[in-house]
Amino acid sequence: MTPAPFTYYRPTSVADAISLLTEHGDEAKLIAGGHSLLPIMKLRFAAPEVLIDLGGIDDLDHIRVEGDEIAIGALARHVDLELSDLLRAEAPLLAHTAGVVGDCQIRHRGTFGGSVAHGDPSADLPASLMALRGTIVVEGPGGRRSIAVDDFYTGFLETALEPDELVVELRVPRVGDAPWGYQKFRRRGIDWAIVGVAYQSEPGAGGIGLVNMGPTTLRASASEAALRSGASHDEVAALAAEGTSPVGDGAGSSEYRRHLARVLLSRALAGRSTT
Amino acid sequence: MTELAETTNGTDTAVAATVPLTLRVNGKDHDTAVEPRELLVDVIRERLGLTGTNVGCETTSCGACTVLLDDRSVKSCTVLAVQAQGREITTIEGLADGNTLHPVQAAFQRCHGLQCGFCTPGMVMASVSLIDEGRATDEKSVRAALKGNLCRCTGYHNIVAAVLSAADEMEADK
Repeated sequence: MTPAPFTYYRPTSVADAISLLTEHGDEAKLIAGGHSLLPIMKLRFAAPEVLIDLGGIDDLDHIRVEGDEIAIGALARHVDLELSDLLRAEAPLLAHTAGVVGDCQIRHRGTFGGSVAHGDPSADLPASLMALRGTIVVEGPGGRRSIAVDDFYTGFLETALEPDELVVELRVPRVGDAPWGYQKFRRRGIDWAIVGVAYQSEPGAGGIGLVNMGPTTLRASASEAALRSGASHDEVAALAAEGTSPVGDGAGSSEYRRHLARVLLSRALAGRSTT
Repeated sequence: MTELAETTNGTDTAVAATVPLTLRVNGKDHDTAVEPRELLVDVIRERLGLTGTNVGCETTSCGACTVLLDDRSVKSCTVLAVQAQGREITTIEGLADGNTLHPVQAAFQRCHGLQCGFCTPGMVMASVSLIDEGRATDEKSVRAALKGNLCRCTGYHNIVAAVLSAADEMEADK
């Protein structure tokens, strides 16, 4: 299983990567850890003519405090988030979620920016980014701009990124030890989530992100509204699947996924997390 | 920035262009030439002749092709060889010190942590990495950290015992 041929570039700066994107446009794909892109290239579902490897850029893997936010470089790998003492203390939902992605080997290669930019609704980290009301910092020829996670996902594997832009940083608020929970249901440890739920409490409210409950990562808006109005956790969990459109497939019917969303949110609200 | 290759994305490419590549494997530089689309595992096996690393599923599931990239376990079927330039690669051939087995290899032998042996190189490399990251604290942790390595003889019991035994021994030797 070898990918189709491509022209390979290895820029050493974000500016060079943007120049290459500008030059090659839709024919080019970016690769960082490659754990979303290479599997589909090996299956020939994707055959980009140009591959731009971000592995030569060595200054985009930071995890640091900036004011009341944590700034995480797009090239930080899942294991970097999982093992970060800073993230464990300031946004533990995100550190935990990074630790339940795939397996050790996958977490050693996959990057936060890559997972977010790929736009797979089955991915874990975007749901926690949504629960935390994070922002995605992208850079293109005109400079940087920030996109709220709610505005980032536009369709299945589609995002608000322009063809000449790349994700450079992810930002989440410092929430400290406020209650949170991450629930992921799958048959085997290395499977993608059949359904997942990320919950982060906020004063008098809470953020809830849903994995695999529609064509994109989704916000459980009805449950969030119920939380704000002071409803009980049972009432909040009962609304988890409102407004979603999960597919039915070999892993489960759409009604099964709606049931899972309600059960998993109930567990996440109780502060329980899948390991 | 470096442009390593011009290849065409069609079926008319009789002989695809290769580019020179130096890979550092087991502490030694290997000069070779690869197509940018070649997977690290194929280059390790076919171009460098290091066949201790096995190819299993080719879909990032089974872990038979696990090697260390800068001391962290990765599945070499899901890394392009060109992505490994400038990094330290360690394969199963690089673990032993002459005739002295690495403590993890010795523990697999001592605990009989293998049956047919096909998954063993990947299991050993993944175990070296998980012990290094402090994940070998108890049976449950080892099982979780090894979930990316499949043994179709289903001989997990002795594999987990071997990892815990090796971790104990390596901790005692510190």
